[in-house]
Amino acid sequence: MPSIELKSVNNFACRDINMTVSDRELLVLLGPTGAGKTTLLNIISGLIKYEGSVLFDGLPMEGTPTNRRGVGYLFQDLVLFPHLTVSANITYGIRMQKWGAEAIDARLRELMDLMNIHHLAGRYPRYLSGGEKQRVALARAIAPYPRVLLLDEPFNNLDMRTTKYLRMEFRKILKELGLTAIFVTHNLPEAQEMADRIAVLDRGRLEQIGSPREIFFDLHGEGISDFLGSPNILECDRYRTLGNGLVTADCNGMEIIVPYEGSPVRKIAISPGDVYLSRSRPPGPHLNRFQGVISEVTLHGSVMRFTVRVGKRDIVAELPRDIAEAQDLRQGVDAFVILKLRCLRIL
Amino acid sequence: MRKGIGAHWGVLPIALFLAAWEIIARLELIPGQLLFPPFSTVMWELIHLTEEGVLTDHLLRSGVRVLIGFCAGSVAGVAIGIVMGWNATMNRSLQPVFSLLYPIPALGWLPLLMIWVGIGEILPILIIFICSFFPILYNTVTGIRGVDRNFIKAAKTLGASDLRILSTVLLPIALPNIFTGLRLEAGMAWRVIIAAEMVAIPTGIGALMMKAESLLRIDIIIVCLVILSAICFSVERLFLYIEQRLTKEWR
Repeated sequence: MPSIELKSVNNFACRDINMTVSDRELLVLLGPTGAGKTTLLNIISGLIKYEGSVLFDGLPMEGTPTNRRGVGYLFQDLVLFPHLTVSANITYGIRMQKWGAEAIDARLRELMDLMNIHHLAGRYPRYLSGGEKQRVALARAIAPYPRVLLLDEPFNNLDMRTTKYLRMEFRKILKELGLTAIFVTHNLPEAQEMADRIAVLDRGRLEQIGSPREIFFDLHGEGISDFLGSPNILECDRYRTLGNGLVTADCNGMEIIVPYEGSPVRKIAISPGDVYLSRSRPPGPHLNRFQGVISEVTLHGSVMRFTVRVGKRDIVAELPRDIAEAQDLRQGVDAFVILKLRCLRIL
Repeated sequence: MRKGIGAHWGVLPIALFLAAWEIIARLELIPGQLLFPPFSTVMWELIHLTEEGVLTDHLLRSGVRVLIGFCAGSVAGVAIGIVMGWNATMNRSLQPVFSLLYPIPALGWLPLLMIWVGIGEILPILIIFICSFFPILYNTVTGIRGVDRNFIKAAKTLGASDLRILSTVLLPIALPNIFTGLRLEAGMAWRVIIAAEMVAIPTGIGALMMKAESLLRIDIIIVCLVILSAICFSVERLFLYIEQRLTKEWR
């Protein structure tokens, strides 16, 4: 039986959403800003009004207020209570549910072990780093054994390295605990990395739902692929292993070094956001970098998308607008395409 | 450490100011010297008045009035403020009335209340009540309404009932704001009681000052001013201290 079920859910931001989440599944809601992702989480948790029905384990939740729905909610800006210590923040939910003192203590210790945050117990949130806050907020959300955990872009305000690490750690923890979870993001690579299944949401409609692989190869809807950017897919003819978990693949004359996991190499994918462009020849050995000509430039909000002609193929790159403008990247100029090694994936 | 040095250095200008006062008065540098007693004379008068019990008696009367009026005013202000901050309907219905009454200076009520309740102990207490009630109400309402709504959402998803959200999230986070109101009004209450006693009430520090004026006892007037300065200063400091003790760890 599905753990969470939405039946023709409607409100100001959501249009006729039907969706199920299986027990212990990690479903990622993917879509651009304003797609209705957060609204959908608020509907599931009962924080806002809606028509239609939300069922938990087959039971309709209409008429059950938020505080009795048993959802864990990790908010975008975490909202740790500033006046409570880390311990008091984590135990807030189970104290509200009137657990016994011993049970509260045991649960607190268990969660601190799990998150590796024993040393933070007595601190106040303002003295925590971004990554520490994430862990505390997650511990607080899962402390009362929620029926479903809702995560609203929890890694939004963190630097890349912390984010990458936390994604893996969070997924591991959710899987270990066997939690049913809905994770919201606007970031395709993040969705790919975290999800069991991905649900694509655009302008309040559920456009598509499927495995990360299905979504990666066959993203429906112009608007969505415009926003998320379809990956560059390079077909390769030959490859040879280099050792060290690397392989050199020959893709139509482009020699690309790719992390290798043992499966045959036929197609290589890289998201446009993981392709870097430079006007001047980058320093270092000439590996995974290719000279080309910028043939097209489009602007998407704060991101600029470049189509670069390399030999006989096009490679799409996306750069933050300020970085692109500082380099004076424009149509017709020569540019070096740099493929980030760890972002290359063998399909 | 820094605070300690700051306080230490604050003593020097005060000592210089008192010395200048003493010297100017003693050397009769100002014409009409009789109207300008030196600091030492004032201090002698302070001791004398305290020994006689005059000063303590008046001070006690003013103090009790402030205490009762201020406590009642703050309890009512905080309580109604919580209700208004918590409940949007209550806020919508009460706020327009209070926003009309709030700008009236507390002393403005004096003539009206003199007629309505008569000149007795109720009058100054009522004035202090009014003077404390509105600003504290206002601070409490803004304090509670200013709490990020996301904290309420978070508490709700964690299973807290409305009442528990109020006691465990809204009030603690609004506390600094509420305390700012209390601190400012505790000082203000003393200023207002003096004015009220000067105009309408025959006892208390304000009344003592007016009596001293009619007898040209400038030393007594200055004694009262020194006492008032000390009281207002320490009351505000006391509230600041409590406020910091309650919130310094997390703010």
